[in-house]
Amino acid sequence: MARISRRSALFTLAAPLLTAPARAGGRPAQQDEVRVRIGDSIGSQPSIAVPDCLPLTPDGATQEASRTIARVLWDDLDFEREFRLIPRDVYRTIPAARSLVDLPFDRWREIGADGVMSCTVEASGENRLDLTARLFDVRTGGSAFGVLYSGSTRNVRLLAHQLADEIHRNQRGLDGVARTRLAFVSDRDSESVFGLVENRPVKEIYIADYDGANPRRVTVTRSLNTNPAWSPDGRSIAYTSWLSGFPDVLVSYLFEGRLAKPIEGDSRRQNFLPAFSPDGRRVAFNSNRENNSDIYVANVDGTGLQRLTNHPAIDTSPTWSPNSQQIAFTSDRTGAPQIYVIGADGTGLRRLTYESYCDRPTWSPPPFNEIAYSSRTGPGHDVKVLDLATNEVRQLTFGLGSNESPAYAPNGRHIAFMSTRNESKQIYTIGRDGRGLRRVTSVGNNEMPSWSR
Amino acid sequence: MHDRGHGSRLVGVAALVAAACLQAACADNPPPELPEPVVERTVIEDPPEIIASNPAPEPLAPPMPAVPALTPDEEIASRSLEELNRSLLLEPVFFVLDSAELDERGRQAVEANADMLARFPTWAVTIEGHCYERGTPEYNLALGERRAVAARRYLVELGLDAGRVRTVSYGKEFPFDPGHDETAWAANRRAHFVITEK
Repeated sequence: MARISRRSALFTLAAPLLTAPARAGGRPAQQDEVRVRIGDSIGSQPSIAVPDCLPLTPDGATQEASRTIARVLWDDLDFEREFRLIPRDVYRTIPAARSLVDLPFDRWREIGADGVMSCTVEASGENRLDLTARLFDVRTGGSAFGVLYSGSTRNVRLLAHQLADEIHRNQRGLDGVARTRLAFVSDRDSESVFGLVENRPVKEIYIADYDGANPRRVTVTRSLNTNPAWSPDGRSIAYTSWLSGFPDVLVSYLFEGRLAKPIEGDSRRQNFLPAFSPDGRRVAFNSNRENNSDIYVANVDGTGLQRLTNHPAIDTSPTWSPNSQQIAFTSDRTGAPQIYVIGADGTGLRRLTYESYCDRPTWSPPPFNEIAYSSRTGPGHDVKVLDLATNEVRQLTFGLGSNESPAYAPNGRHIAFMSTRNESKQIYTIGRDGRGLRRVTSVGNNEMPSWSR
Repeated sequence: MHDRGHGSRLVGVAALVAAACLQAACADNPPPELPEPVVERTVIEDPPEIIASNPAPEPLAPPMPAVPALTPDEEIASRSLEELNRSLLLEPVFFVLDSAELDERGRQAVEANADMLARFPTWAVTIEGHCYERGTPEYNLALGERRAVAARRYLVELGLDAGRVRTVSYGKEFPFDPGHDETAWAANRRAHFVITEK
């Protein structure tokens, strides 16, 4: 009885939000959806503050989570650059909220915040905690967004990531990438290759959160493994492995510990650089099976093998268009390597780049229609982006070290790549507009990123 | 009188409910004074654990002890594969920038290796193709492949049984010289011969 009346009370109280002085979100609000949007106008960059969460229980895990969640959320929101994140030291003197809803709004207004996050963390059982989060409109004191998460204390970063993604969707109509992961190649465990030539460092496949946290090792081969490529469902990674003594396409199923060799290469039919089609049905790769480097396509289980290119030059490094109908690749048929595109049925070959040396094309996901690649610009390479609609080229990096192997984030707004700008090989991310460079890895050498969908 | 009593009891129940709510700090049921969005509890499960795809391979058996030999060829034949490869009995072939063409020096190296393989007809070799760091890792896999194939092709032209020689490209992944200058780059553009069977 009390429960029912409580629900109806909430329903009634939600109604005033409809008349709150707030703007609609990025897409038309559905009938049953109430959208309060922080900031003055669409397209502006609202200022947001993310103070530490309020711990409601005194245990260490809760205290720690209160700080971690706020910091990770700050970074996640800053990453997409949809909000202007007010630096945390600016509000060190503002008193903490006394409860989820009791905030000193005047103080937040004084430092120019349009919105302020208010979060509480509370232990809720064996290694569990509740995170309650609200985004308040500083001007009106109204709540623009709220969630209650129940999660594990083992990875509180995930709660912050989910919160960031939901805030971006709710407030900006944007698919954030805070819960995505990067796969990459690393020698961080300093093992040596098992074989007849000594002192060769192993390179194995690793994955980490998009911000580099939570690194996990995927392969244990005592061998060379390169160029991981996520499957669209995020459950497997294809890569080139020398595990059998020759390069072949291997697929690791992350949550089963299973290893597949769908293309079934041998020493005379070697296979390199697999790329899943975005529809998840096929894999494109490079093979020397006809005594020449050409692009082939097969179903994910290895059946239906088709040769896509047939030219005595090197054709390699395939990448699929978002609709799985075209493949861009590298070819040195005119001398130096350049980027070409061909239909997945083998028709419609077209040259895309006219530079000194281009490689590793990576087709953007929608809504952008562009291809990132590495281009030799001097002693090293830089990451460039070719807009397929206008044929205009944007350069994202500028000659600091070598910048190679670009890979798009699933929302198309960011590119991960390898750079030697700090001597060792490390993974960095940068906005597709060339802004917002971040270093992701630091242990050992890390290269050849692939960004999960 | 009776009606009033009933009314105040209702108020009491409402206050109790509110107090219980405050006490429990029920976050999904905020105090009714402020307009709040309806919030439903979302349970966030940890993603499944990542399981490594395959166990580490067994280590090689310890090398056989060397046996004293009478002739140089017998002495060479007695060496382990590791020792043979460490002593570089087969010469590497070096290449110029972005090229997989054998030059005069490269052909001489392959010819010397062909002679050595004729002396030891049981040997099988793998020719590794390597590239320098200034190329991109993806294209270098194919370029290294082409270098290894060029060396193998000439070896077979010289009469070596094609079944005794395999090729494998390592791109720029295993540089022989870790430096970043012309000397290192030249050393790393190579086809490297590894004896795999004896």
